[in-house]
Amino acid sequence: MVGIVGYGSYVPRYRIKISTIADQWGDNAATIEKGLMLQEKTVPGRDEDTITIAVEAAKNAVKRAGINPQDIGAVYIGSESHPYAVKPSGTVLIDALGIGPHVHVADFEFACKAGSEAMFVAYSHVKSGNMPYAMGIGADTSQGAPGDALEYSASAGGSAYIFGSENVIAEVIDTHSFTSDTADFWRREYQMYPRHGGRFTGEPAYFKHVLNATGIILEKSGMKASDFAHAVFHMPNGRFPLKAGKTFGFTDEQMKQGWIVNLMGNTYSGSSITGFSAIMDILKPGERALLISFGSGAGSDAFVFEATENITAVQNKAPKIREMLESNRTYLTYGQYVAYRRKIQFND
Amino acid sequence: MANSQRYTREIPHRFRLEAQRFSDGYISLPNRYISPETGTKEFENITLSGKGTILSYTIVHTPSDQFKLAKPYAVAIIETEEGARLTSMITDSEFEDVKIGAKVELVFRKIMEEGHSGILNYGYKAIVVK
Repeated sequence: MVGIVGYGSYVPRYRIKISTIADQWGDNAATIEKGLMLQEKTVPGRDEDTITIAVEAAKNAVKRAGINPQDIGAVYIGSESHPYAVKPSGTVLIDALGIGPHVHVADFEFACKAGSEAMFVAYSHVKSGNMPYAMGIGADTSQGAPGDALEYSASAGGSAYIFGSENVIAEVIDTHSFTSDTADFWRREYQMYPRHGGRFTGEPAYFKHVLNATGIILEKSGMKASDFAHAVFHMPNGRFPLKAGKTFGFTDEQMKQGWIVNLMGNTYSGSSITGFSAIMDILKPGERALLISFGSGAGSDAFVFEATENITAVQNKAPKIREMLESNRTYLTYGQYVAYRRKIQFND
Repeated sequence: MANSQRYTREIPHRFRLEAQRFSDGYISLPNRYISPETGTKEFENITLSGKGTILSYTIVHTPSDQFKLAKPYAVAIIETEEGARLTSMITDSEFEDVKIGAKVELVFRKIMEEGHSGILNYGYKAIVVK
């Protein structure tokens, strides 16, 4: 049996309310909150970035797995906000956690699905027998241009998953990826903020890939919505994932635990997999969960998991994501937010 | 932390809190090869838990240029539960909670950036545990 042996998440304590951003730009806060189904989003501290977020999430994953970090054979970090253009995020992480130096490390990039592709590759290593454990991480401190619709959602956080074949807490039952070249969202080299295709990011991008990936994995695994306790779809806003879930008959009850976007925003590479972390926090032995990511560009990774009897023993070994989201919040003004996110230019 | 060689050399203590416990009981973070207490060279390597107590602190309102975006911030002398003493910036904490005797936990954070093109320095900072 191959599956998840440990998982962990991290979100910064700083928040900005959607109404604070709307007030700044003369938008109607109630309309934005209702349209995007968002209340607030996470903001990285001035000393936080994708690397520090990935390290904290990975430490929580190692705590839950209870394994020697030296036994981890591969570490992949997916992000669209790696702090360096050239120098891996993963090397900092392995040295912070005491993994390696006999370890394969790579940084992945694929807009919002870089985290699930890191998981995909980590899982495949273990399944092939290459190594006993491999870790896939998705973390981001995502940016939206001032005044752009993305600014309401682009947030910070991440999750880490360790795959193994012993003491598995959630078995991987099936996987599928659906990918095509779609120009819905991009950021060119040296550009500070991404560009997007507005409404083109919806039906031809998000829904095309998410619905195909979901439909095919349900068909491959011979399952239907009622076979799952929980499902989570990538959360660029609050509305898209709920609509995607409804298409396949997932109920509000099945969707609500992983739907953390109203409090977290869109953590890009850390979005769907952090929603899945909220599901892992309460998943019971024998229950199944569906994880569907989406990355612009565009592609969607799909996973079917089934919890084993080992899951209950590890859930309390590290902080749970909903507790992190609902406690210890520090709200920023728009001015503080701009300074924290370096949206203004400073002298050297 | 001023250049890439020093950054690399200091990884064991800055990233992983690897310390030395000397035979006379002195615990050193960062690396030392001779105890300042008795001069002994006998030690074992240990990893600190990251839990400790504030022995003293100050609030910095006029920092050096490298830390100007972080002001105001607290810096504390912390004694870890193993007995090592270290100096650390405090993060993610209210100043009213930064007190002598307050419990802290060390977390992994970005310490500073070397301009727009230099390396990013990572290491430990302390959070007050309430």
